[in-house]
Amino acid sequence: MARIRKAVPGVDPKLLVKDAAKLLPDPARRAFLRGGMSLGALAFLAGCDIVDGPSAESALSKISFFNDRVQAWIFGLNRLAPTYPESAITRPFPFNAYYTEDEAPEVEGDTYKLKVGGLVQEKKSWPLSELYALPQEKQITRHVCVEGWSAIGSWTGARLSDFLQRIGADTKAKYVNFICAEGYSTSIDMPTALHPQTQMTFRFADEILPRAYGYPMKIRIPTKLGFKNPKYVTEMYVTNDYPGGYWEDQGYNWFSGL
Amino acid sequence: MTSAVAANRKPKVIHPLWVRITHWLNALAMIVMIGSGWQIYNASPIFGFTFPRSITLGGWLAGGIMWHFAAMWLLVVNGLVYLTLGIISGRFRRKLFPIRTHELARDIGDALRFRLTHDDLSVYNAVQRLLYLGVILAGVVIVLSGLSIWKPIQLQELTALFGGYESARVVHFLAMAAIAGFLAVHVLLALIVPKSLRAMITGR
Ligand code: HEM
Repeated sequence: MARIRKAVPGVDPKLLVKDAAKLLPDPARRAFLRGGMSLGALAFLAGCDIVDGPSAESALSKISFFNDRVQAWIFGLNRLAPTYPESAITRPFPFNAYYTEDEAPEVEGDTYKLKVGGLVQEKKSWPLSELYALPQEKQITRHVCVEGWSAIGSWTGARLSDFLQRIGADTKAKYVNFICAEGYSTSIDMPTALHPQTQMTFRFADEILPRAYGYPMKIRIPTKLGFKNPKYVTEMYVTNDYPGGYWEDQGYNWFSGL
Repeated sequence: MTSAVAANRKPKVIHPLWVRITHWLNALAMIVMIGSGWQIYNASPIFGFTFPRSITLGGWLAGGIMWHFAAMWLLVVNGLVYLTLGIISGRFRRKLFPIRTHELARDIGDALRFRLTHDDLSVYNAVQRLLYLGVILAGVVIVLSGLSIWKPIQLQELTALFGGYESARVVHFLAMAAIAGFLAVHVLLALIVPKSLRAMITGR
């Protein structure tokens, strides 16, 4: 996997470094967990087998799952992300992925079809022309990255909740899972999928979504960290089986709500 | 803990058990929070420097976040216990107040001439009072600013109080710097006056 080049001044290039993509392959990383663990043992893991890295990690994962539940509980379906004026938009808006900008997927708009499946009544695939015909709205909201930086962008598209109604999705199901052209994936909880600002995005700053920002379709979720906002989305599934995701499977907190 | 007999035999308890437990749990939580916080900071530095990898916790960003959001529970729950007991037991009122300017001026002068003493462990001098009160305040600020960058939408009023997401991030960092600075001085002083360290362990 490629190192990220500096795309925008002030945005750190080193973050999604190569080795970050694998789960604890790096002996140094493991040693840190272990070192920290002997310290942390007493406090939160008394009684467990905590001497080595893997069990430290499994204990930390348990706490991360607990944090998922806490965040689901805090999440307010009608709690809106603050919106900003056009003048507040960050220009240029940062490109960020685990690959460089010229390695970003190039999706052919003419042949593109959004595949929809899982617990939905209408399991058809959607060409762009039909997706563009959905009622759309614009939002100018803050994108917050797991790395700590944030940027304000303008996204236009259809409410995911409207789309889920239209395809007869089981909105009592737990998860919506997104698969992307380059193999990226992520999944979100149903309440967030039904949030009024969760959007199937087709435009950035009033222009057709550029390749860098996820052409032809991105899912914009202002109530979640950036990595939960997938680009180049080609498939969408409604499911009750925990789907995880690309970064989530490597240790990022799954809910990652804001 | 203290039976009547033991109380007669031994000197007075300087730090009751709850102070010692919450103090050491807090020290542990703070160190984990700071080490993992440095890891998270390095992913996107606010200022023109990063922390050496060897003094960060977690190995990489996700590891740092996991540690940070695990230790935060210990920090907050333990901190609330300490604050609650400190207030209702009257310990804060007795030990940390009043802070009088003339005493403070005198004690700072003494400290600078290396003449400040801490012979009676049960009484904090004005410099100690100010530092302890200050670090408790920094602890409150670091938790509130942390909450506002963790949940800038669900807790957006709190985030707004810090001037928005980006400035809350800076406040969070500065509170860390204040606590780390306190810690350096605090540990040094504890080592210079070892009986104070003993008292924080055994209570006497
Ligand atoms: C591991 C490093 C630490 C050591 C060795 C240490 C040691 C001590 C000692 C010996 C005392 C008693 C001081 C005296 O008699 O004047 C004390 C009190 C105190 N320490 Fe620490 N400490 C550490 C970490 C921390 C941290 C991280 C904080 C807060 C961020 C902290 C906050 C306090 C406070 C507020 C008091 C006064 C407690 C009270 O009287 O209620 N300490 N510490």
